[in-house]
Amino acid sequence: MTTNPLPQSPLLDATGVAKNYGAVAALRNASLSVLPGEVHALMGANGAGKSTLVKILTGAIKADAGRILIRGQQLDVRTPAAARRAGLLPVYQEPSLIPDLDVLSNLRLTGTPVEPFRAWVRELGIPDLDIRETARHVPLAILRVLDLARALAVEPDVLLLDEMTAALPANLAEKVLEVVRRQGDAGRSVIFISHRFVEISALCDRATVLRDGATVGVVDIEPGIEERIVEMMLGTRIEKTRVAARAANEGAVAGDGRPRLSVRNLQLGTKLNDVSFDLANGEVAGVFALEGQGQDELFAALAGSIRPTGGSIDVDGAPVKFSHPSDAIQAGIAYVPGDRAEALAMQRSVRENIALPFSAAPRKWGPIRMRREQVVVSGAIGRLQIDTRAQGEVQRLSGGNQQKVTIARWIAANARTILCFDPTRGIDVGTKQEIYKLLRELAGQGKSVLFYTSEMEEVQRVCDRVIVIFGGRVVDTFPVEDADEAALMRAAYGLPRGARADVGILAEVKPGSSAEAAS
Amino acid sequence: MTDIATMPQPVSFGRRLKRFMADRPLIPLIILLIILVAILQVLRPGIVNERWIANTAKFAIPLAILAGCQTMTMLTGGIDLSVGTVATMSAFIMATQIVNQDPAVAFLLAMLPAVLIGFVNGIGVGVFRVHPLIMTLGTSLIGTGFLQVYQRTVIASGAKIPDFLNWLGIGLTYGFPNALFLFVPVAVLIVFMLNRTGFGRLLYAVGDNERAARLSGVRYWQVITALYVLSSLLAGITGLLYIGLIKAPSLSLAEPLVLPSVAAAVIGGTSIFGGRGGYTGTIVGALILTVLTTLLTILQMPEGGRRILFGFIVLFVTAAYLRIIEDR
Repeated sequence: MTTNPLPQSPLLDATGVAKNYGAVAALRNASLSVLPGEVHALMGANGAGKSTLVKILTGAIKADAGRILIRGQQLDVRTPAAARRAGLLPVYQEPSLIPDLDVLSNLRLTGTPVEPFRAWVRELGIPDLDIRETARHVPLAILRVLDLARALAVEPDVLLLDEMTAALPANLAEKVLEVVRRQGDAGRSVIFISHRFVEISALCDRATVLRDGATVGVVDIEPGIEERIVEMMLGTRIEKTRVAARAANEGAVAGDGRPRLSVRNLQLGTKLNDVSFDLANGEVAGVFALEGQGQDELFAALAGSIRPTGGSIDVDGAPVKFSHPSDAIQAGIAYVPGDRAEALAMQRSVRENIALPFSAAPRKWGPIRMRREQVVVSGAIGRLQIDTRAQGEVQRLSGGNQQKVTIARWIAANARTILCFDPTRGIDVGTKQEIYKLLRELAGQGKSVLFYTSEMEEVQRVCDRVIVIFGGRVVDTFPVEDADEAALMRAAYGLPRGARADVGILAEVKPGSSAEAAS
Repeated sequence: MTDIATMPQPVSFGRRLKRFMADRPLIPLIILLIILVAILQVLRPGIVNERWIANTAKFAIPLAILAGCQTMTMLTGGIDLSVGTVATMSAFIMATQIVNQDPAVAFLLAMLPAVLIGFVNGIGVGVFRVHPLIMTLGTSLIGTGFLQVYQRTVIASGAKIPDFLNWLGIGLTYGFPNALFLFVPVAVLIVFMLNRTGFGRLLYAVGDNERAARLSGVRYWQVITALYVLSSLLAGITGLLYIGLIKAPSLSLAEPLVLPSVAAAVIGGTSIFGGRGGYTGTIVGALILTVLTTLLTILQMPEGGRRILFGFIVLFVTAAYLRIIEDR
C-alpha cells in the first residue's frame, strides 16, 4: 500500500478512454492510473471492458477517445511495438511463442536478451530449461512462465499480466506471484488482471474497478475490501436483488426421484476438478461462471465431444461413457453451442439443418420420408417462431433466427436433455425472451436443461437452481431464490457464501496460501 | 429473394438477370452448351445431326459418370483422383479374365480392386485424416503398380472385349446409344441420392460444416468411407463401359479422363471447398467439355495448341460461371 504522503506522479495515466464497435460501446469512460512501484489490480465482471482497455494500452487496437500519459508524456501507442518502446509489456492468457521455432529463435525474434531471460526462468522455478527446445513441445504451464520471463528480461516499466496464474501448477504460481511482488518493490509497476481475490489481496496495492465500460472506482486493497469491490462491479443492480418465485416452476413434472443426469467427481486435465452435480427431470439448472473457468470443458464432456480423464456420468441412473456426440444424442442429450457457426451448415436450408440429426445414423441413410419430415420440421419452426422468409440458406437468417434453428433441431429430435451454452449471446431482446420462455416450457414438459449463461439476470429469469463454477470446481450451488446478483458474483469470484463479516476473508490470507488457491 | 422485398428501388435489368441465373445455375450452363453447339454448326455446317449427337453422348457418358464421383466427393470437400486407375483396373481385369472365366466371376473379380481401393481411400481420409488429394493420388499409383504386375501374369492368355460390353459401349438402339441404359438409371440414382436421402444430406452437411455435423451425431468416417467406396464402384463400372467404347485394353485406359472429370464437376457449379453443388450441373459440364473437345478437333490445330486453348477455355468458363452464380 502506498504510504508515501506526497502524491507521486503516476507512471501510466489513462483517462476518458472510449471505444465503440459499431453501435456497441465496449468502453465509455475508462481511466486507469498506475503509480511507480505499484501492483495494481484491474477488475470487472465479464464484458466490463477489461480486455478492451488492455488492448488499447498495449497498442493492439486504437481508442476512439481518451488520453494516455506515460511518465507524464502523451503517447500515441498505435502498435504493440510502440507500446513496447514506451516500456509497456503485456503477457496475455494465450502463450505467445511461435510454436514451430525453438525458444532461442523466439527470443531473437523479439530482440530479447538471452542471459537475463535465463536468469528469470531460473528465478521462476524452472532450473532445467533447454533453450533449444521447440516451443510446440514445451508444456502449456511452462510456456506461460517463459512468456513472463521474456517480458521481465527487457525490464519493462509497466508489466501487464492477464490471468497470469491460470493453468499454472501451485509451485509455479507461487514463484510467479513472488516475482511479481518483487517487481513492485524494485520500483516497477504491474497491472494485474485476475478473478482471484486471494491473489489480489496478497499482491496488489490498489484496484481499479470497471463496470459497463467505465471506471467506477479505485480502492486500496485492505481486509474486507472484497465486498466493496463486488458491490462496485455490480453497481446499482445490487439493490434489485430478490426474485419473485417463478410461476412456471409450478408446471414442473416431478420425476421418479432418479436424477436425469448425475455427474460425479468429473475430472478433465487441469480444466475440471472434482465436479459433481445432478440435473433432475423438469429442471432448468443454471451454470454461472466467469470466462474460462472450465464451463466449456464441462459442456463438451457432457455432450460427448471430449472424454473426461476421470469421474463418472450417469444418465437415468445408468453409467455412460461418451466417445462421440452421437453417444450423447443416443442418451437423449443434445448440445447447443454458444457459437452458431459451430452448429449450422450455413449454406444449407433451415429444413435440412433442423432435420440433420435424423440422418446421422447409417440405418437412416436411405430415402427420406419428405412429408413426415416436413411435418416435424414445421412443427419445430412454428414452436420457435422462426422467420423463414429466407429459409433457402441459413446464412441469410438473422443471428437470433439462426440461434433458434440450432435449438429447433433438438426440439424436432425430441431430445430429453438440452445443454444450452450461452444461447442468447449477441441476439436481440425479443428473441432472448422467446428462448427463456421456451426453456421454461421444456422444463414444464419434464425435460431437463443445463443452461450456461454469462449474464446474471438470465439465471433468475430461467433457472430453478444455479451451479457456480470457479477454477474448474463447483464452488456453490443454490436455489434461484438465493441467487441474487451479489450472491452470484461473490460465488463466481470464489468467495464463500455468507462470509460478510467485518474482517472479510482477506484478513486471513497469507502470501504463501495464495499459490495453493491458484492451483 | 427476400432482399427484393426490402429493397424498393428499381433493380437494373443486368442485376435482375444475374439474380435469375444465380437462383437457377443450370440455365447459364445450358446456354453455354447451346452456344458451343451453334459455333460448331457454323464452322462445319451440317455436322450437328443425329449421328453426331449419339456419338457425343457416347463419349460424354463415361466422363459424366466419373464426374459424378468427383461431384460427390467434392461436396464433402474432397476429391477422388483414383477414379482413372480404378476404371482402368476393372476394365483390364474384365478383358483378361473373361477369356477363361464365367462372365459373372470376371465381373466380380473386376469390381474387387474398385471396392478395395475405395475402402482404403475412405479409411485414409475418414479415419486417418489424410488429405483426399494425397490419399487418392497415392492409392492411384499403388493400383497402377499392381496392374503392371498383374499384366505380366496374364500376358499369355490374351484379352478380349465381351460382346455385352461392346453392345453397351458402341451399340445404338433406335438411334440412341445403349450406354444410356446404364447412364440414365445411374444419373437418376445419384440425383435422387443427393437430394432425397439421408446419405446425400450428410454429404452436403459434412462438406459445409463438419463440426456441426459431428455435433448432430454424424460420424465422419462412416460417411466418408461409404462415399469413397461408392465413388470407386461407379468408377469401376465406368471402366467396363469405357472398354466397350475404346476396345483397346491398356494400362492407362481411363487415365486421361481424370482431370476432365474434375473440370466437369467444377464447371457444373460444384464447389471444390464442399457443401455446394449438384449432379445435374455436372452432367451439363461433361457435355460442354465433350463438345469443346470436338470443336477443337475440327479446327485442325496441332495437339499442343489444342490443349493450350482447351485449358484457357476451361479456366475462363469456370471463372465466369462462378462469378455469375456466386454473386448474391
